[in-house]
This record gives sequence, C-alpha cells and structure tokens, in this order.
Amino acid sequence: MTGRTAAVRRPSLLQRVAGEDSAVRRFDGLMLVAVAGLCVIGTLLVWSSTRTWAPGATGLVKKHLLNQALGVVLCGIVASVDHRAMRAYAPLVFLMSLVGLGLVITPLGATINGSHSWILLGGGFAVQPSEFAKVGLLLITAMLLAQPAEGSDRPRGFDVVLALLAAALTIGLVMLQPDLGTAMVLAVIAASALIIAGVRKRWIAALTMVAGAGVFAVFYFQLLEPYQVARFTAFVDPSVDPRGVGYNSTQSLIAIGSGQLLGKGLLGGGQTTGRFVPEQHTDFIFTVAGEEFGFLGSVTVVLLLGVVLLRGLKIARQCEDRFGTLVAGTIVCWFAFQMFINVGMTIGIMPITGLPLPFVSYGGTATFANLIAVGLLQAIRVRGHSFT
Amino acid sequence: MIRMRARLLVLHVLVLTLLVVLAMRLWQVQVVRGQEFVTRATETRTRTVIVPAVRGQILDSSGRPLVRNKTALVVSVDRTRLSRMPDGGVKVLRKLSAVLDRPVAQLQQRITPCGPGIAKPCWTGSPYQPVPLDEKVGTREALQILERQEEFPGVTAEIHSVRQYPGGRAAAQMLGYLQPVTEAELEEREGLKASFSGVDLVGRDGLEYVYDEALRGKAGLRRVQVDRMGKALGVEEQTTPIPGDHLVTSIDSRVQNVVETALARAMKSAPAADGGAGVVLDARTGRVVALASAPGYDPAIWAGGISARGYQWLMSEKSGKPLVSRAINGQFAPGSTFKVSSVTSMLRAGYPLNGKYGCPGSVMVGGRAFNNFRGIPLGTLDLHMALVKSCDTIFYQAAFEQYMKDGGRNPKKTPKEVFANVARAFGFGRPTGIDLPGESSGRIPDRAWKKDLWNHTSAVNCERSRKGYPEVKDRARAEFLKRLALENCTEGFLLRPGDAANFSIGQGDVLVTPLQLARAYMALVTDGKVRSPRIGWAQVRPDGKVVKTIDVPVVGKLPLSEKERRYIKNALSQVPSDGTAAGAFAGFPMNKVRIGGKTGTAEVWGKKDTAWFASFAPTQNPQYVVVVMISQGGMGGSAAAPAAREIYEGIYGIKRPPAVPGGRLTTRLPTFAPDGTVARG
Repeated sequence: MTGRTAAVRRPSLLQRVAGEDSAVRRFDGLMLVAVAGLCVIGTLLVWSSTRTWAPGATGLVKKHLLNQALGVVLCGIVASVDHRAMRAYAPLVFLMSLVGLGLVITPLGATINGSHSWILLGGGFAVQPSEFAKVGLLLITAMLLAQPAEGSDRPRGFDVVLALLAAALTIGLVMLQPDLGTAMVLAVIAASALIIAGVRKRWIAALTMVAGAGVFAVFYFQLLEPYQVARFTAFVDPSVDPRGVGYNSTQSLIAIGSGQLLGKGLLGGGQTTGRFVPEQHTDFIFTVAGEEFGFLGSVTVVLLLGVVLLRGLKIARQCEDRFGTLVAGTIVCWFAFQMFINVGMTIGIMPITGLPLPFVSYGGTATFANLIAVGLLQAIRVRGHSFT
Repeated sequence: MIRMRARLLVLHVLVLTLLVVLAMRLWQVQVVRGQEFVTRATETRTRTVIVPAVRGQILDSSGRPLVRNKTALVVSVDRTRLSRMPDGGVKVLRKLSAVLDRPVAQLQQRITPCGPGIAKPCWTGSPYQPVPLDEKVGTREALQILERQEEFPGVTAEIHSVRQYPGGRAAAQMLGYLQPVTEAELEEREGLKASFSGVDLVGRDGLEYVYDEALRGKAGLRRVQVDRMGKALGVEEQTTPIPGDHLVTSIDSRVQNVVETALARAMKSAPAADGGAGVVLDARTGRVVALASAPGYDPAIWAGGISARGYQWLMSEKSGKPLVSRAINGQFAPGSTFKVSSVTSMLRAGYPLNGKYGCPGSVMVGGRAFNNFRGIPLGTLDLHMALVKSCDTIFYQAAFEQYMKDGGRNPKKTPKEVFANVARAFGFGRPTGIDLPGESSGRIPDRAWKKDLWNHTSAVNCERSRKGYPEVKDRARAEFLKRLALENCTEGFLLRPGDAANFSIGQGDVLVTPLQLARAYMALVTDGKVRSPRIGWAQVRPDGKVVKTIDVPVVGKLPLSEKERRYIKNALSQVPSDGTAAGAFAGFPMNKVRIGGKTGTAEVWGKKDTAWFASFAPTQNPQYVVVVMISQGGMGGSAAAPAAREIYEGIYGIKRPPAVPGGRLTTRLPTFAPDGTVARG
C-alpha cells in the first residue's frame, strides 16, 4: 500500500477532500454520474406518478428528495471509511440487521401496502429493515469467505457453513414477513458471494440442488401465499385473469409499449395519469419511464444501471484484497438481479415480484441501502488498489 | 485472486447479457409493437361520452310549439360505482329514496339493466351509462344531492332537456313519443356500437318517429380521459353537437283544440262510444290541419321512462287503447259516406248521370231482401237525390247488376269489378302514405280477397261444419254457426250477391280509415286528384333557414269528369241543409259559410253502429275537409255530424271567436328570428 496513512502531518479536511491525492479525486466519477442521473430521473418519475393523488401533491417528491439527500450523506460517510476496517464492523452490522428484522415480527412491526416489513419511527417515517439486511448479509458473507484456507485460494469449509447459516437466518426472518422478493435478493447475495469467493463447483452444484429441493418443497407443502403462486401463474399466461392477477402485467406492458420510440413526454403519459398501473411510484416506476420517455428514455435508464454494474465489476476486478473484491462483486450481483427482475417484470419477461428498481423507485430505506452500497464500491475503489 | 477474477469475468459476461436482453425486449415492446399498445392504451384510458344534440321542436303552421324542450334537473345514478360498493349501493339508494320520495325498490328496478325476466321499468341503455332516475326533481332536491356528494357517491343532478307538450293531450298519437335508442338501432344507424349510451332518445311513434333524423340533429362526442376507477380526468377530444331541425307542420293548434273538444263532447254524448277520430284537411294544399283520436292520453307519461303500469294502460282494452290513433289505424265500415264511390262506379258502369232510378223500400238480391233504411220507399230519384236522401236500394240494384255481369257465382276469367276498382281509385284499400308510421290500409273486398280469405280459413270452417259448436250454449245459435261454417267451407271463396250489395253502401267487409275517407272527399270536392296528405310542412334549422319544404304528392286521379264531380259535389252540398244531416245543422248560418257533406251509419255485428260524417266547406271553393267518426256512436246524422258542426263553428267563429280568422289558413311558413324564436306577424 502507499503508506499515505502514515504521513507525519495529518492533512486538513479541505486538503483531504480536494487535495491532489485526496480520496475524492479517486472516486469513480462515471459511476457517480450514472447514479446521480438515475436519482434525478427517479425524482421526475416519482413526481409524475404521484402528482395526481391530490391537487398540488408534492409531499412524496419532497420526501423522496430528503431520502436521497440522507442517502448521499450515508454514501459519503461509508465511502470515507476504509473498507478493510469495515470487515471488523461486519458482524456488528449483520447483528443489527438481524435485530431489525426481528423487531418487524414483534408488535413494533407495521404493515404498509400489504407487506409486513416496516418499523414505524413516528413523524411519518418508517424503515424497512430487510433493505439494510441486504447490506448486512453481503458484509458478513464477504467477511467470512474472504479468508482463504491454508495454501488454497478457496474459502474454508467452516466459513462456508457459517455464511450459509447467516444467509439462512436472514432469509428465514424475511420469509416470516413474508417478503419473497427480498428473500430472493438475499439468496442471490449469498449465492454470488459463494461463487465469486471460489467455492468448488461441485459444492455449488450440490447447493443448487438443495435450493431446488427447497423451492420444490415450498410449492409442494404450499408454504407460499396464494397470491404469490398466482403471480407466477399469471406470468406464464397473463390472459388467465386480465382483471385480477394478470392486470398488473397487462397494464404495465400497455403503459410501456404505448410510449413507443420517443415517449409521451414528462407528465404526458395518460396511463400514468390515470394510474392504471398499480404501485407505479415504487415497484412499477419503470412503466412511467417507458411511457413518458419512450424507448430512448427507458433504454437510457437501463444503460445508466449498466454503467453502475460495469463500473462496479471493474472496481471488483481491480481491488487487490479478497474482501473488497467480494463485496464489490456481490453488490454488482445484487443490483443486476434486482434490475433484471424489476425491469423484466414490467415488460413481461419475469414474474411479478415486489422489488424496487435501484436508485429510481420511491422508498427511503431502499434508497439508503443502495447509496450505502455505492459508498462501499467507492470506498473499495479509493483504497482497494494502487493508482500508480 | 485469479480464481475470483475468472469468476468475475463470467459475471461480466452475464451482466452484459442481461443488459442486452432488456434492451432488445424494450425495443420489441416499445418500437416494434408500440402502435398495438398505443391502441390498447387509448381503449383503456378513454371513454366516449355522447353529448346529445338538442332535439328540434315540432311547431304548428304559425310557429306555435306542439312539442318543445324544457330544461329539467335530472338525477342520474352511476351503476358501475354503486356496484363497486360493499353493499351494492343499497345505502346510497336508500338515502336517495328519502330525498326523491320514491320507494327504494322502484329505484332499484329502474337501474337494473333490462334482460330476460326483468320487467319494465328496467334500464334499456348501456350498462356503463349513468341511469336517469328522476326528471322532475326540484332545485331543493338537486342541491341536497349536489352539496353532499360524499353522502351520494355515484349520484349526479344535471340539467338535461326534456320534451314538453304545451297542448297537453291534444294530438298525442300524432306527435308520437321518444324512448332511449337501443344498441342495435344505433349500430344500424351510424355503425357506432361503441358510442351507445342509452341516453340519446329516438322517436318511436308519430311525427317524432318519421322525422326523427331531422329532429335529432347530430350528437356530439366527447372523449373523456378516465383513471383506473373510471373517474373523469379531462376532455381529450370533443365534437360539439349540432342541434336538430324544427319541424313546422301544417297543424293549426287552435283548430286541433277545437277538434279535440268536439270529439270529446261527441264521445260523451254517445253513451256506448268507445273511440273517435277527427280529421281536418286543408283542401287547397292537401295538408293536415288537425288530426285527433279519442280516447287520448297525456304524452308526458313517456318522460323519464314509462312504467309497466303506464304502458299496459296505454295498450289495454279497458282504457280504450289510447295509444292507437283511430284517425289512421281505426278501420271501420264507412256506411253511406262510401256512396260517393258507388255513384262513380255506376257512372263508370254506364248508368246515365241524369237518369231516374227507382228507390223501392227493398230489393231482392240473390234470393234475399235488401232494405232501405227502415224499409222506407223513396220513389223515383235522380242520383243527386239518391245521395241527399241516402237511398240504398238504387245502389244494391246497380251493384247486383254489375255482379251478375261479371258472371255472378260463376265469374268470368277477367271480371270487371267496377265497384271495387273505383273504390281503389278513390284511395281506399291502401295506406294514404301520410307521414305517420304504421298506417292501416283498410279493406276493399273483391273476388280475389274472398279467395285469399277462404284459403286461410277454410280448414277451420270445414272442421267446424262437421263438429259444430259444442261450446256454444244456445242451441239455435250453435246450429246457425254450424250452417254458416258449412257455407263458408263449401263456397267461401265465392263473392256472393249479398257481398256485392253490401259493398255498394259501405257495409259488410268494406273497411276504411277516417283519413282515407277525408282524402277521398278532398279529391272529390277539389280537383279530382288523390293526394298523399302531409302533416310536416318544412324542416327549419334553428337559425331559421328552411332546409326542406315537404311537398304533398299526387298519387292518383278520380275516374270522374269535372262535370260529374261537380254534380256529386252539388248533391253533397245539399245534405246538411236538406238531407240526412239537416237535423244536426239546423240553425247553422249556411248563408255565412255553406257546408257540404255526407252522413254514414255503418252496422257492426254485435256492436252499436259506427257514426260518420264526411264534409267540406265552403261548398263554393272548399278550404276544409272535415271527417268525424264515432265508433259505436249510433247514427251519423246525430252522433258525428254535430261534432263536425262544432268544428266548423270553431273554425269560422260562429257564436264564439274564430280559431282561424276569416276561415283562411296561412299559406306562408312562419319566419324565425336569427336567435331561433318565431317571429309573430
């Protein structure tokens, strides 16, 4: 490493922030531009989709902007911490996220929009611990799997078991809410950490079979709520019940498709104004982009997300320590999965799952978690490798 | 680290693949299939609402409204919103019933869409259209609903235009009525099934039906953007409705009122009378001045959807079927009024105009005695006096002779049938073609008709001739019926001598409508041309521009020379002063205006006689043809002629102010000010 930290005279804050060799200058500017672009687009879309709720309704947009501002602060704090030091905090963060998930299933938990995944903080604010749990789980798995076995570059078997236990515990708590979408993201986080960490292919094959058996058991013993099964049925054939379950997929396809190449312009989307697509400021916000900004706009959103993913992958590849690489790679997998499921469900190539679109959907905790992840990526980039 | 980097490379490829998949699918959905989704979006996002055009008025010949529009507060209920409520909207309806003071059950029935097993008053319109529940709400009730919208979700009070009839019951059958258009009709009319609302009305009878297209105007369309719940967000597209044209008719509402009053009085003074009709034609133009039918009804009954009981009442025997216009649908034997046709038949058969004819008390026709009225012999008469005194036997004799010339019971291959053919030339036996729907054609029974009837009835008659009438208690009557059935079975296809004789005096199977008789007399006393009478005179745009003048077409010619016509007219001119109507017209100032006419008393089996009076005035240069018919009224001279006298008194102002000053009908269309009001001269 460069040994900058060992400098005799501690540089002033200004020097540290804006100086020639400051961390800020090493940030991945392209990724930050992409994230900022997504946040701006998200704000516009939230405005467009919520303005008709009441005359002059700007409450949600203001809250969204506040959330983003808080998220940027969190992002900055996380980015300024040395990610290697974060390894030490990982168990604490993980435990805190478990406590949060545990609180949800106590009487402190609240149900909002049909999902019992909230803790009310008062003053109209609420948090969704399952969003933080994503960060918690990815940190703990990366911590466990970063330490290779003696004379090998694969993680130790005991650590793998611990990581699996951590994942099972988190997923189990989330399934109690139940929140199938987040559980799937958590599973993807754990699985991608295992794969990137270099776990043997046969282990991965075995785990895949176990997971397959688990999914089979879930369906066989009817552990899913009927609406969740119905969503899958509707995905296979949306015309089964166009007024009921198939309604969402049909309406979101209509909204996006009717945007055509150039879109109907911001606030010009009739389907959005008429609120034909449910949850159009959260899970289905991509339909607003599709209708009002057209193919060019929606592809821009996908491309901006692609920039975040590809820059994240670059950070992962360039990072010189296993922990940083693991964290960065896992974050990329998380975002990639969530983006593909979310956009895919609005255009009819994925089943409908309650997942927000990263950086774009309305939602405080999700925004915080996403921007914290960006902060992690930046921290890894800043300190993960030499720039010389 | 090398292994991790290798796996990250795989991840890199995977991420790129996902991005490409999403971009390709977006291209497919938005660009390739974009247009398809645009269409579907428009379907889900917009509702087309019909803005009905203001319907044109129906005016009389001087521009007085017979049917006009008034604005009314109409309370409507949105069924879709009620049905989405947990209790199906019962609570709202209950509150509404308290405000409107109507039973809940009735409101519920009104908003239920019509279908199999659902009785009127159900909703005939589109299930997505608000259902008008009350068209007569006061401002107070409307405000109660509008000010407390949260208590009345799905209920609105709006200003609509509603038909109003300033004349009340007058001419109700002629004016017709409106009912909501059906989906099939709308599709047939405009190919616009999608825009069917059930709110727009269509003329179902009378002038409203015939001139529906002109009166209706063109409805505007408003494409309203709606949200998921069907709440209107704004207007996307709008075409303004084009108001309908006014229909100026030749009806004189003052004369119409005179006729209505006279008819009502005649009905009242004849205890058994069950229906009547009064027709007044403008002899100079062939247009209709008044057309009345009794019993009548108040057309306001149709406003806002008729109730089941109301409809039954309109159609029931007990109330006398007030919906049916006797003037164009009443088919009755014309009696002696028909003799104008028979005289013409005699002339065409070669009987001399100035000949003398014996009028014995009775003549033998086909082995049966046919009598004059009360069997009184009237000596030797010319045709003039035969009409004035209404001799029957002269016509029996002539008809029988012509019948025998055609071969009698063994008819020639091509019988001449002079009497039937002349009657047809007078316009009997077919509709007059007046601008009203569903007119009856009457009946001229000739040999072909008899044969046709026999084809239809012989099977039943022949069976009856074998089995008799065991259900008839009276044995003599049953025996008579059995013999009659046998006769009809074996030779029912033959025109019998008695049929020919009865025909000549407008009895037996001859049926005419009052309007047919009126136009026959009009042809006779004017220029000999048979016309198709018209009520509509002109279609006028609301700004006063005349769109179309409606002509009175000539559809035939009487087989009479001018001299013969004048001869018959002169004879008829003497009837009210010296003939069968002398009693009814006693004391009438004939020097002021001279009336001509002919009475008719037609026997109806099992009922009282049908009373007729067909007339015209002034006799010199007729302006009016007036026909009065009282079903089961009795003698024409005592039941129908007094009503006709009352009509003339009203028109000319005898012992009262005249309905038509100077007796002269207006010959110019009323003029309209640019704002659509009628300029009164």
